[in-house]
Amino acid sequence: MTNLKSRCCQLLMVLSLVLLLDFNVYAQTAEEKGLEIAKERKARDVGWGDSSADVSMILRNAQGQEVERKMRIKSLEVIGDGDKGLTIFDQPLDVKGAAFLSFSHTNEPDDQWIYLPKRKRVTRIRSKNKSGPFMGSEFAYEDMSSFEIEKFAFKFLREERFDGQACFVVEQIPLDKNSGYTKQVVWLDKKHYRVLKIESYDRKKSLLKELVMEEYELYLNKYWRPLRMEMFNEQNGKSTELVTHNLEFGVGLGKGDFDEARLKNVK
Amino acid sequence: MKNSWLNISVTHPKIVLMLGITLIVASALGAKNLYFRGDYKVFFEDDNPQRMAFEHMQNTFSKNENVSIIIAPKSGNVFTKETLTLIQEMTEQAWQTPMSIRVDSLTNFQHTWAEDDDLVVDDLVLEPVNISEDEINRVKHIALNEPNLVGRMVSEKGHVSIVNIIINLPDGDQTEEVFVITEFVKEMTNTFKNQYPNHDFYHTGMVIMNNAFADSAKQDASTLIPLMFLAILVIMWLLLRTFVGTVATLFVIIASILSTMGLAGWFGFFLSTASVNVPTIVMTLAVADCIHVISSMMFSMSQGKDKREALLYSIHLNKKPILITSLTTAIGFLTLNFSEVPILADLGNLTAIGVVFACVFSLSILPAMIVLLPLNKVKAQNRHIGATEKFGEWVISHHNKLLPISLVVTLLAIGFSFKNHLNDIATDYFDDTTEFRQSTNFQEQNLSGMTSIDFAINSNIDSGINIPEVLIIVEQFSEWLRAQPEVDHVSTIADTYKRLNKNMNKDDMAFYKLPDDRELAAQYLLMYEFSLPYGLDLTNQLDLNKSATRIMTVVKNLGSKELTGLESRARTWFDDNVDDYSLIVASPNLMFAHIGEANMESMLKGSVVALILISILLVFALRSWRMGIISLLPNLLPACIGFGIWGLYSAEVNLGLSIVLSMTLGIIVDDTVHFLTKYGHARGLGQNAKSSVRFAFASVGKALWVTTLVLAAGFSVLTLSPFAVNSEMGLLTSIIIVVALVVDFLFLPAFLIAFDRKKNENAPVLS
Repeated sequence: MTNLKSRCCQLLMVLSLVLLLDFNVYAQTAEEKGLEIAKERKARDVGWGDSSADVSMILRNAQGQEVERKMRIKSLEVIGDGDKGLTIFDQPLDVKGAAFLSFSHTNEPDDQWIYLPKRKRVTRIRSKNKSGPFMGSEFAYEDMSSFEIEKFAFKFLREERFDGQACFVVEQIPLDKNSGYTKQVVWLDKKHYRVLKIESYDRKKSLLKELVMEEYELYLNKYWRPLRMEMFNEQNGKSTELVTHNLEFGVGLGKGDFDEARLKNVK
Repeated sequence: MKNSWLNISVTHPKIVLMLGITLIVASALGAKNLYFRGDYKVFFEDDNPQRMAFEHMQNTFSKNENVSIIIAPKSGNVFTKETLTLIQEMTEQAWQTPMSIRVDSLTNFQHTWAEDDDLVVDDLVLEPVNISEDEINRVKHIALNEPNLVGRMVSEKGHVSIVNIIINLPDGDQTEEVFVITEFVKEMTNTFKNQYPNHDFYHTGMVIMNNAFADSAKQDASTLIPLMFLAILVIMWLLLRTFVGTVATLFVIIASILSTMGLAGWFGFFLSTASVNVPTIVMTLAVADCIHVISSMMFSMSQGKDKREALLYSIHLNKKPILITSLTTAIGFLTLNFSEVPILADLGNLTAIGVVFACVFSLSILPAMIVLLPLNKVKAQNRHIGATEKFGEWVISHHNKLLPISLVVTLLAIGFSFKNHLNDIATDYFDDTTEFRQSTNFQEQNLSGMTSIDFAINSNIDSGINIPEVLIIVEQFSEWLRAQPEVDHVSTIADTYKRLNKNMNKDDMAFYKLPDDRELAAQYLLMYEFSLPYGLDLTNQLDLNKSATRIMTVVKNLGSKELTGLESRARTWFDDNVDDYSLIVASPNLMFAHIGEANMESMLKGSVVALILISILLVFALRSWRMGIISLLPNLLPACIGFGIWGLYSAEVNLGLSIVLSMTLGIIVDDTVHFLTKYGHARGLGQNAKSSVRFAFASVGKALWVTTLVLAAGFSVLTLSPFAVNSEMGLLTSIIIVVALVVDFLFLPAFLIAFDRKKNENAPVLS
């Protein structure tokens, strides 16, 4: 009898010990876990500095017709706010040389300038719109700007395998009321915290788009970048493929390269 | 009496009933597969050229089927703080509409202007709750001078405005989606109605029209079918005064309908605004069969025969006429397969199936039931027969006058029938009692038509829309469209280019013109696209590679002739002024405008085929070439006279009326068959024309006017449908059926007496 009692006590002690050890895990809410994953995602992507890439954009409509656009994208990391981006258009020829400069911000409208070579003048675009299509593609402007923790509220949903990899599935709700989305569901692989898929939901909370990221390459031994992104519009049957060529890091870009006053001189 | 296998329904009624009920149940089970389609596309074949053009355009640009909510403030002015707040709140809410992809309104219109070197792009109305009087005036001034808004989103007087929701409907069956969307929008509007009692709201647009199609069909099914049952009960009771006969007839009717609709389910048919009336029509035709069987039986019983004997006599007498008339009726309905409109072909096929069931059941189940049910003895009824015979005598004695009078009436009618013209206006299919029609009327009186036509100009060059020559054509074509009296509003990308050019030149009105350089135009557009929010982009006006643009027009609710006229004028303008680029013209309204014409053409062919087939059948049935040829006249005249009356009454012919010709042909032939059979029978016995006519009146006169009454009543029930395709079809069919009887009673006897003088050698015998 006493033997049994002491065994029970032992068991209870072991159990409470296990519970105590795991307390942090069990007490964590889905929101906290979501945020934690998002922070880890961001942390693994800090410090890349600057980059430059040649990009092809292939637009397809529901009938399977397609058209290709070409551009160069230069990016500058900004710690504590959204990154700076400069897009120089090469194709179609009638917009060749046009350049689009943006300073993305986490809590206010982005600053945007455009240089139109035909007018030889820089125009500032003042609009609150981050959700419009990028060059008539299925990518919204907000799909292409940098990932910032402050832009969303997160919630961990589940773990599942996607594309042969163990993944976290995290929901992120945009906080900007001008966002075109009410919700995004993100699949990240548990090993590298790389985004593999994003489902975006429109204002009436129905699935609008699915973004799939493929052909991840490792840069500077630390930073994973997808060389192929494909955005499917689930409502109108159109899709856009974004293919990155010649991605380079540490090309020596600085603040001065992202100055609206010097936008004219961009080549 | 010859032993026909049909006699087993009298000799072994229980077996026949059991077999019959098994067959009925087996067929009726198919009804579980039936579903209802309420969208307008059921009116068109998949390869209908206008439908293909429309769908191609929907895929090249974006879909643009819509729900419009018209907001009419009682103040008569939308430019008030209250109304602007309402519009903005509703715009915001409308994004929640299921399947919506875009919401346009006065408040979220993307207004652009210049400030220093900046381009500012923002909602026209930002915070209406705090809007000042000055700001309201500024908004009003911009709105009433903005070509994209005035006449479309807001009336010129500024007294009504629209919130337009663009819907991305799935391909194929859209009934469920349309219902859900309509419910959502109506519920939303009700909330606003409570919140803003000083405003009236109306719903229009293609999605709402689709829903109206479904609504009218549901209404037809729930009101017309019960009404038809009631009418039949009353008529049966008044004419036959037999409880058992009425019950047995009702059973046959229900059995015919269940089997028909069940078989429709097995064959994969769906129900639509047209085929929803198959039960009513089958009912009408089935009653006519039953009346023949029952009245012959009653006649025989009144002469002292017992029930079984009387039934055998009736079956013997009626099996062939019922078979032949059912065949002709089925042929008439089957020629609806010539129609360009799939649901009208469905209507024809299903009714033909129903006619066959009615024929079989009225000769099997009907007598079997009467055998099993107790039936009172019948007293002799001579009153009606006497009246019909007297009428026959009057016709015989006046045949000299009747013939020329009939000829004059016929010629007049043919003259009037030329007044008829095709007119298919989809919105006018719904009568003024429907909410949809009231809304489109309000829209038309206060803002614009509900009709749209889209024009796509394709340069066939990547980014070609930016080329100045192309832009000039787009502008000129848009201006040409604006100058047309039928056109209420034109949305064109040309206006956007002009506005951007002005904005980029410090809002100087002198620059409100097209950019004269391809690169400049392309770069303006690039810039503009960066500034547009979700859902308000240019994909509704520009294709993937900017080689084509869609100009969207709102047009008055025109008849099909005017609409196709506008289309062909536009094509002519384009051909005259443009060499290298292509033009596509399309819209649902245009689809309806064309289908009326195409359908009438093919239905005329169908009617000719029906006439030939039915006449051949009659030659065999009457066993006489001469009788077959004589029958052509009474078979053709009713339709001529009927359409003449229509020419006087309305003169507008829609889809529903195009099928009346072949449909009625199959039905009215019955009268001729019955009359000529009896006439020929008497002639075969060596009597002259006059006494043969007398015999025909005496033996089938009553049956003919009784069945005519039933058929006319049955099709008149359809006139109560709020859907013009059904109600006008019912009305004209009733008219023609009545005219057919008049022709058979007045013209045909007079004609026979006047021309059928020679001695008859080959006596036509029907049995």
